[in-house]
Amino acid sequence: MTVSPPTTERPRIGVVRGTVRTVGELLVTAGVLALLLVVYQLWWTNVQSAHATQVEQDQIVQQWRAADPVPAKRPKAVKPVAGKGFALLYIPRLKDKVWGLPVIEGVGLDVLAKGAGHYPGTAVPGAVGNFALAAHRATNNEPFADIDRLQAGDKVYVQTATGWYTYVLDRDKIVQPTDTWVIDPVPGKPGATPTQALITLTTCNPRWASYERWIWWGHLTHTRAASEGPPDRISGAL
Amino acid sequence: MYGWIWRHLPGPWPAKLLAALILVAAVVALLFTVVFPWLEPRLPFTDVTVDAGAVTAVVPWPGHTRG
Repeated sequence: MTVSPPTTERPRIGVVRGTVRTVGELLVTAGVLALLLVVYQLWWTNVQSAHATQVEQDQIVQQWRAADPVPAKRPKAVKPVAGKGFALLYIPRLKDKVWGLPVIEGVGLDVLAKGAGHYPGTAVPGAVGNFALAAHRATNNEPFADIDRLQAGDKVYVQTATGWYTYVLDRDKIVQPTDTWVIDPVPGKPGATPTQALITLTTCNPRWASYERWIWWGHLTHTRAASEGPPDRISGAL
Repeated sequence: MYGWIWRHLPGPWPAKLLAALILVAAVVALLFTVVFPWLEPRLPFTDVTVDAGAVTAVVPWPGHTRG
């Protein structure tokens, strides 16, 4: 009688079983990768963007203090530089996310990861024309997550180095991604010469699919110099 | 596949477990810092701007385009 020596070799499995096992493992791996992507989008981009937003906000405030140690007595038009923050946005209705939100020149994803993006070539805060902004509604700190809660009559405050600008929202519309007319100086009237200072907010719709765009328009109602301090309605909450 | 990796990790099982956890952490770090940031602009979830050149390749259902 012979006894086979003890072996550390694993039992051999058939080709079919081996293949099924490997395919199964690959499928489970694909599922885990998809879940990790969800974790990245829904959690990690928010963590990173919240931090980047805070850093950008601090930089903007520091630059203002350095450039104008004494608050300006007259608001001056800003000259945005690509990729640089030049204003802070306050929307009481969206106070959780849009309270001192940096406004940065440009609408690339790098910019949108740390605040609201200003469409280059559109009007600057307070100027006649259309001050057009874009921000995320989902992922990356999602400042405009609650855009569906905005109502006509809601205030939007914009702070620059030298002044405060109060806009009031008028109307909203859901449009196609290619509808660039929404950020024209006079939306809907191509080539028209603007006479009013407007604001436009753009973000994605639906929130998690973004094959449309949600647009809000408003108009300027008040302008204050930095020396006058923030508008009374929000000064208590700053 | 995972069995093969497990067998090729050196040492007794606690050492294997530690090495396996380090491998998993390394893969997750690579995904979060390189792969997913690269993938993100290519996914249709984060488009918030109006753009004349917006891509309209993915149509979730007839009558709709995405940007």
